[in-house]
Amino acid sequence: MTGKTLQEQETGRTAPREGRREMTRDVLLTIEGLSKSYPGVKANDDVSFQIGEGEVHALLGENGAGKSTLVKMIYGLVKPDEGRMTFRREEYTPSEPREARGLGVAMVFQHFSLFDALNVAENVALGMDNPPPMGELAGRIREVSEGYGLPLDPERLVGDLSAGERQRVEIIRCLLQDPKLLIMDEPTSVLTPQEVNILFGTLRQLAAEGTSILYISHKLEEIKALCDEATILRRGKVVGTCTPRDSTAREMAEMMVGAELNAPQRAPINPGPVALQVRNLSVPAPSAFGTSLREIGFEVRQGEVLGIGGVAGNGQDELLLALSGEVKTPRDCVQINGLDVGDLGPNERRKAGLCTAPEERLGHAAVPDLSLMENALLSGAVRKQLTKNGFIDWAGTRRFAEEVVKTFDVRTPGIGTAARALSGGNLQKFVLGREIMQEPEVIIVNQPTWGVDAAAAAFIRQALLNRAAKGAAVVVISQDIDEIMEIADRFAALNEGRLSAPVPTQGLTIDEIGLMLGGAHGMHEAEVHHVQA
Amino acid sequence: MVIGGIDIVLLIASMMVAATPILLAATGEMVAEKSGVLNLGVEGMMIIGAISGFAAAVATESPFVGFMAAAVGGAVMALLFALLTQYLLSNQVATGLALTLFGLGLSALMGQGYQGIKPPPTAKIDMGPLSDIPGLGPILFNHDWVVYLSLLLVGGTWAFLKYTRAGLILRAVGESHDAAHALGYRVIRVRIAALMFGGALAGLGGAYLSLVRVPQWTEGMTAGAGWIALAIVVFASWKAERVLLGAYLFGGVTVLQLRLQAAGIAIPVQVLSMAPYLITIIVLVIMSAPRGRATLAAPAALGRVFHASH
Amino acid sequence: MFRLEKRPTPSTFWSWGTPVLAVILTMIAGGMLFAMLGKDPVLAIKAIFWEPLFGANASYFRPQLLVKAGPLILIAIGLSLGFRAAVWNIGAEGQYIMGALCGGSVALAAYPAESFLLFPAMIIAGAIGGFIWAMIPALLKIRFGTNEILVSLMLVYVAENILSTLAFGPLKNPEGFGFPGSRNLQQYPSAHNADLIANTGLHWGVVTAFLAVIGAYILLNRHILGFQISVAGQAPRAARFAGVNPNTLVAICLGISGALAGLAGIFEVAGPGGQITDSFNVGYGFTAIIVAFLGRLHPVGILLAGLLMALTYIGGEMAQLSLSLPLAAIQAFQGMLLFFLLALDLLTNFRIRIGGLI
Repeated sequence: MTGKTLQEQETGRTAPREGRREMTRDVLLTIEGLSKSYPGVKANDDVSFQIGEGEVHALLGENGAGKSTLVKMIYGLVKPDEGRMTFRREEYTPSEPREARGLGVAMVFQHFSLFDALNVAENVALGMDNPPPMGELAGRIREVSEGYGLPLDPERLVGDLSAGERQRVEIIRCLLQDPKLLIMDEPTSVLTPQEVNILFGTLRQLAAEGTSILYISHKLEEIKALCDEATILRRGKVVGTCTPRDSTAREMAEMMVGAELNAPQRAPINPGPVALQVRNLSVPAPSAFGTSLREIGFEVRQGEVLGIGGVAGNGQDELLLALSGEVKTPRDCVQINGLDVGDLGPNERRKAGLCTAPEERLGHAAVPDLSLMENALLSGAVRKQLTKNGFIDWAGTRRFAEEVVKTFDVRTPGIGTAARALSGGNLQKFVLGREIMQEPEVIIVNQPTWGVDAAAAAFIRQALLNRAAKGAAVVVISQDIDEIMEIADRFAALNEGRLSAPVPTQGLTIDEIGLMLGGAHGMHEAEVHHVQA
Repeated sequence: MVIGGIDIVLLIASMMVAATPILLAATGEMVAEKSGVLNLGVEGMMIIGAISGFAAAVATESPFVGFMAAAVGGAVMALLFALLTQYLLSNQVATGLALTLFGLGLSALMGQGYQGIKPPPTAKIDMGPLSDIPGLGPILFNHDWVVYLSLLLVGGTWAFLKYTRAGLILRAVGESHDAAHALGYRVIRVRIAALMFGGALAGLGGAYLSLVRVPQWTEGMTAGAGWIALAIVVFASWKAERVLLGAYLFGGVTVLQLRLQAAGIAIPVQVLSMAPYLITIIVLVIMSAPRGRATLAAPAALGRVFHASH
Repeated sequence: MFRLEKRPTPSTFWSWGTPVLAVILTMIAGGMLFAMLGKDPVLAIKAIFWEPLFGANASYFRPQLLVKAGPLILIAIGLSLGFRAAVWNIGAEGQYIMGALCGGSVALAAYPAESFLLFPAMIIAGAIGGFIWAMIPALLKIRFGTNEILVSLMLVYVAENILSTLAFGPLKNPEGFGFPGSRNLQQYPSAHNADLIANTGLHWGVVTAFLAVIGAYILLNRHILGFQISVAGQAPRAARFAGVNPNTLVAICLGISGALAGLAGIFEVAGPGGQITDSFNVGYGFTAIIVAFLGRLHPVGILLAGLLMALTYIGGEMAQLSLSLPLAAIQAFQGMLLFFLLALDLLTNFRIRIGGLI
């Protein structure tokens, strides 16, 4: 395929999109009445739509709307309970991904499809059904990756790549199989704005060559920029279709969420004295494929919200661990209200007024199999004085847990419920509530609204702002730039373990943010412009 | 060549024999661990192999049949482990321990009436004049076929993991079962196959103890060999060529201490016989010392429970 | 085909129901095993589970129940703390031996002096012996990240060799007419761990085992350390988040289980065993692993499981006498019990659905 594609790509790049849109497309994939139930949830309910050849089709919906289940059915990972699909006018019932790939359906996953300890070529080979010998494959990876403006070295270990480069591996893996339909699940969540532009260039080029793309996202601006048609899912059902170019983001948002959303309200701030001071913080990478922190320094004042942005895997986890005390540092690296706490553990830092909420809810911020009451004890024991001489005050713990559930509107049958039984949004409200209700003077959260539905996300952001209004210093580490722009007073970017100097969020443009985040990883500026052109 | 009353050529030759059971078991366990499953039941599979091989060899007068029965016996034990851990999602550490405890009990039961019997001898392969080469002959060309089979299996395993697609898939499953599942690989099937291969090799290793090395049946005769095989996998950082090195080093220590006992060196017998275990501990410490080095080489999904949510 | 569905919350019913079901299934499968050996399965099961408690010679066997259950419970309680925290001490047999050696040495060194202080000194020495032996894997794990499973197990073989050296050497009874083994501590009043109430089997070791059950219950349900142990085992990252130092926990878990195993060792050689011989240890350290799991790592469960496992030991001996059932059959039987338990554990966390689509 390579030789031909490289030529086509030249024409593809220059082909005017307008002309293509007017053509009547042949239908590639139709979906009729697809339903799939899991215990207690109807993940998909009578979903129907179709995708034309060379069309970029958006599947739009909130977390939990059923997008993932739907694409898993198309890719043969899940069997539908009801409904039928046709692919190029033939009955299409893939029983496993191999069969789907054989027919020309390829998928780029959001998570979980790469192997850190294997190299790029091996990873690509694993995604192909009849890969050529390794030597030949490596050559083709070079050729195709460069042809699409996504250069990759086949010999490198995947674990050493940046998030954007990892995604390239997945895309190249798909492209080598000459797909008719390419499914992309939330592809931009791991990219800088510049990298997003490169990706969109590649996708447009593919569409121009006749490849259809099913593009899953909840980011409306992207869909407006890229997609020809959109199908909107809510609670497993199709609630609408539209042509993104002709619709406003607000219309699409309201279809997606099904209600009007309130943007967080915040009072103008009057920052007090410095509450959290970090100086010259360097931490070696904790694991083989982790990130080292290098000379990080910043300060946050009382009542102020600092947003720390960055693409996944640039040291967010490591930074939170070093600030929470789970990883110890030299004594004077971290100061809370003037007190050196760098060499203290999490509980001593809590005593000093610092609470944290890590990104991973199940397994880090909460123990999956323990009840909410026990999870309340997990980090609340010190500040809420839930132990006496080491003995647990269960009655007090129960009161604290109930208070959190009530105040933060956690939907649960009771505080005896195991943490893993809660939905992502509810559990996150519980975790955040548990920390905020300890009335910390400094609160640091990582990805506070990741995978959380819009209503819960708004609630959580408001709660953080309220805490800041009460005089706490708030640090929000997030990969969601919109979130940071919405609630932070100042912005700093984390890039390969280094933190940029914080700047006020007001008046910051998306391009400036993108450059702070590290621009396009592993690409020369020239190439970026080349592809964008 | 004789040093301190010990013939070096004979020492090396007998080192290879002493190392063979552990080499077989460790190679099998390495493959199982490469697929992401920690089977602590090696000792149990070995001893079941030892008795089933012994019983079959005695019954048929054929050591070959004995070894085949041992491989089957070990593989059946591994299958039991696989069913529990892969389908019933039991804890791998606990299930491995159970496999060992059960294997020790069951083998003692099966071995009633086999104590004190001599098994049919396992023939050495006649390599003609090759075995008469001074030095090299006794070391390389004067062994029974199982020694050569074990070397072939190590070499084959090395090539399988490095060069074949099936080997790549096996490594991928051991790195991330979620990713492998998402790409449509049958994680559980791959793991069951790897476990059964490991069981078969552990069974062979056990039978080599009861049919060649000792050769007779006594209860609990593996005496920790299965655990040492597990330690050698760690020592080898999950690499076949280093499993060979580790097993032969260990075989050397074992043989050396036996020779020293026989040579009447003035060290208490017990001190010598605890030496292999102490050396295993020391080797483990050395391997783990630069923090994370051993863990870096370990398959990332080792010991994790896989349950495809859909 | 059946498929599994994760329960939102672990089932309380099944967490207690599975051990009972496992025992029943083991009886059935064990019966089949015995039938294959040409024994009457019903008689064999009855000999194991019924005769020791209610049979003709029950009065002789009943005290044995406590004698056997005491060390099993004591060791299993210690192991269960580690297992909860995912610290896998499987070398309790070695710690048991070292406890017996240290405690026994104190007694033999003092022989024939009589003092009420001797017995407490022996007990402390026994606990220290087991503790030190368990701290070796603990410290190696903390300092070098060495796998504690392999190290603790290797140390069993080392301990056995030390035992054999000492039993044939320094600790050998000088008046033993060349027979192997130490002086009999049962004949040394200050050192003898006698039945507190004659012919009940209730000696200090059994009392300590009961105290350990109560202590562990309080620790796990009321104390923050017990909470931290459970958290560390289920979610290590969450444990760090809660301020738990994993190294401290490794040392605590291995230390406690080593000390308890050492106690079991000294209570045994000073009491029912009487003598340090090169084979006085009969595998309590390994059987206690089964006891800990069978008791679901819960103190009360371990108490019951220890009694049950003691019953199978005694019943096994009975069946050996009355039906000439090989003693090894009991070992296989115990292994089988653990298998069934682990398999059925699934019911606690998953629902099984029969049929249906994928």
